[in-house]
Amino acid sequence: MRELSTEILVVGAGPAGIAAAVSAERAGARALLVDMQAEPGGQIWRGQWNNATDRAARRWLTALRGSPVATRYGLRLVDFAAPGLAVFDGADGPLRVRCERLIVAAGARERLLPFPGWTLPGVFGAGGLQVLVKNGWPVAGQRIVVAGSGPLLLAAAATLRKAGAQVLCIAEQTGAADLARFAAGLAPHPGKWLQAAALRGRLAGVAYRCNAWVERAEGTERLESVRLRAGRSVERIACDALAVGFGLVPNTEIAQLLGCELRDGAVVVDVHQHSSVAGIYCAGEICGIGGVDQALAQGEVAGRAAAGSGERPRALRRDCARSARFAQTLRRHFALRDELRELATADTVLCRCENVRYADAAACRSQRDARLQTRLGMGHCQARICGAAGEFLFGWTAATPRPPLAPAPLTCFTEPTSDPEPPAQESA
Amino acid sequence: MNQDVVIVGGGIVGCAIADRLARAGVAVCLVERDVLGGAATAASMGHLVVLDDDPAELTLSSYSCALWRELAPLLPDNADYRTTGTLWIARDAAEMAEAERKRTRLAAAGVNGELLTAQQLAACEPALAPNLAGGLRVAADAVVYPPVVAAWLARRAVAAGARLRCGVAVSAIGDGEVVLDDGSRLRARHIVVANGCSVPELLSGAPVRRRKGHLLITTRLQPQVRHQLVELGYVQSAHGEASESVAFNVQPRPTGQLLLGSTREFDAPAGSVTPRLIARLVERAVEFLPGLAGRTALRAWTGFRPTTPDHRPLIGPWPLRAGVWLAGGHEGLGVTTALGTAELLAAQLLDLPLPFDAAPYAPGRFTSAVASHVH
Repeated sequence: MRELSTEILVVGAGPAGIAAAVSAERAGARALLVDMQAEPGGQIWRGQWNNATDRAARRWLTALRGSPVATRYGLRLVDFAAPGLAVFDGADGPLRVRCERLIVAAGARERLLPFPGWTLPGVFGAGGLQVLVKNGWPVAGQRIVVAGSGPLLLAAAATLRKAGAQVLCIAEQTGAADLARFAAGLAPHPGKWLQAAALRGRLAGVAYRCNAWVERAEGTERLESVRLRAGRSVERIACDALAVGFGLVPNTEIAQLLGCELRDGAVVVDVHQHSSVAGIYCAGEICGIGGVDQALAQGEVAGRAAAGSGERPRALRRDCARSARFAQTLRRHFALRDELRELATADTVLCRCENVRYADAAACRSQRDARLQTRLGMGHCQARICGAAGEFLFGWTAATPRPPLAPAPLTCFTEPTSDPEPPAQESA
Repeated sequence: MNQDVVIVGGGIVGCAIADRLARAGVAVCLVERDVLGGAATAASMGHLVVLDDDPAELTLSSYSCALWRELAPLLPDNADYRTTGTLWIARDAAEMAEAERKRTRLAAAGVNGELLTAQQLAACEPALAPNLAGGLRVAADAVVYPPVVAAWLARRAVAAGARLRCGVAVSAIGDGEVVLDDGSRLRARHIVVANGCSVPELLSGAPVRRRKGHLLITTRLQPQVRHQLVELGYVQSAHGEASESVAFNVQPRPTGQLLLGSTREFDAPAGSVTPRLIARLVERAVEFLPGLAGRTALRAWTGFRPTTPDHRPLIGPWPLRAGVWLAGGHEGLGVTTALGTAELLAAQLLDLPLPFDAAPYAPGRFTSAVASHVH
């Protein structure tokens, strides 16, 4: 089995991971940045590596190019064979990485909630469809409804429109009052204002409806229409695709597996982004959803701290504080409404991997009970989707993740048969 | 509230006892501190196997497997009962001789086994490594998904009049009553302690020790093997006193997944998976099933087996307190022997004819040791 060693291992090459790795090197440490995707950028900067149109992306991706940070892409973290010994899986087989300190910047995933018809072909996660389109999935000419909650709906809609789709409407479940307060709360964040304004500009003419959500997706073989509720009125909209997402869920599994303390679904860190476990730092969305600015600021802090440069310059402290306020605004104004808990019917599938019906899960006492009695969350995605849904629907506490972090070849779990290659820091 | 019997612990043993007693008309209350079948029952493989290396174990496991065969047609689909049989695998002539002795011992208890040559073994399970000596096929053994059966037995008990209290723990046993952790008490003429590894928390000095195990399950694929495959060396692993041992033990699930076991560790820390033991488990399995190397692991987990010093369960009256009964210490055979345990305990408690001699399982066999421990 191949083996590398490094001083600081950074898992996840989105904004937080890039900022962490680059900052760690600048502070004099050796860093290795690893991501499961084929190139850096994470979800938000997907496709920017070779053609950066976003200003922050250009700045940080250029910095990464010019930095001696070692990088490895296309590697998925599977497990830790020991503290400080990560096991990755990739196209060339397993790779072990020894590290003295670890920075976890695993980002976030979409929260998907069950409603009748949500498993029909033609229904996508909003962020998921955005990723597909950025990777070339054709949507030109398609009639698409974008629904759910949060600012990412705007970004998804903009991507779809740019690719030639006809975005019929954006249905935001949050009410007008909260949206207005959120918009007002953007005032101290000029960057966010510009971003939102630009997105709205690109979405000129697209109906943006608040207090609105999809109650049901309809169709026989595939999606044909959605039933949209807006306040007391219900409307059927014929469409080819539905892009739906209910905000983001921090990918805390790695940190949890390592024993890091969590609070409200996010990793608990101190001002240096240090978790409750010695030598493990966390940055970005896994510490609480807050967007790209927060991810960059926290990544920088984590990288410097892991490199032993614990002092945080004034500008960085200011960035952290400002982005934390934005994160708070986001949480406060995009809270999910109770009606979303009532959408699924008895037969609605809650766990797609194991085909578990809503009613069978709802009859259980806890997520653990549902796992044992119905196999909920026991399948391929390991409750990444239904775990977050169960938390919202039933108030369940998600089970602690167990290794492997993702399905992986059995060869990842055997001990290396020969002596490992001499530890060497490799450059990109 | 008064009942005849309070059963502490909703694992498969406690649920089987609740079911057996409730259907006999006894007023039963089953108390489970978390969820039914959630501890050792959930962590286990669910292999229903006749083990013969100890006469008492042979009696209890063969009797129990017969009860499982009677129960099987009644079980719900998601109990996943399948008559896979067990294939005991011999690597060399010495183990083949052991397979022959095993066949003789099983036959004496009325359990049929069929000796397989190397060629027959290869024909029977082509995925096995080519260098094996042969094996013993016990066709009547089966597999089951234990937590679903535990909950089903509890529901059947409730349908027969039993009460079920989940989410509340028994914190102490008093005279003719149990104290719950919400401060309330349940009075009963008899108290059956069936809470697995937690028995010593309620019965000080009960000789039950935790023995950790690791399991790993693959993703779904076309079935590769048909039988539960176990190496003949398994018994040394199971009944030896080594602080750590690993034996090849693979089960085909109806989903097309393969369940890989098994490890045994005394004095291991709670909870987490130890990568080194997963490595040993996988390496052992690949020796017997080379094709496994290409399979994908979905999940690994651990659990604790409740063991006793002589590897026999504790079924019967607890000698240090009148009215208290014990059903525990089943080590790795709790799912297999749950039904037989329920019969044996019910017969003793209700003063019915015993299905077989209860003496080998009597908790009193450790009484002097227990008494000295308590004092």
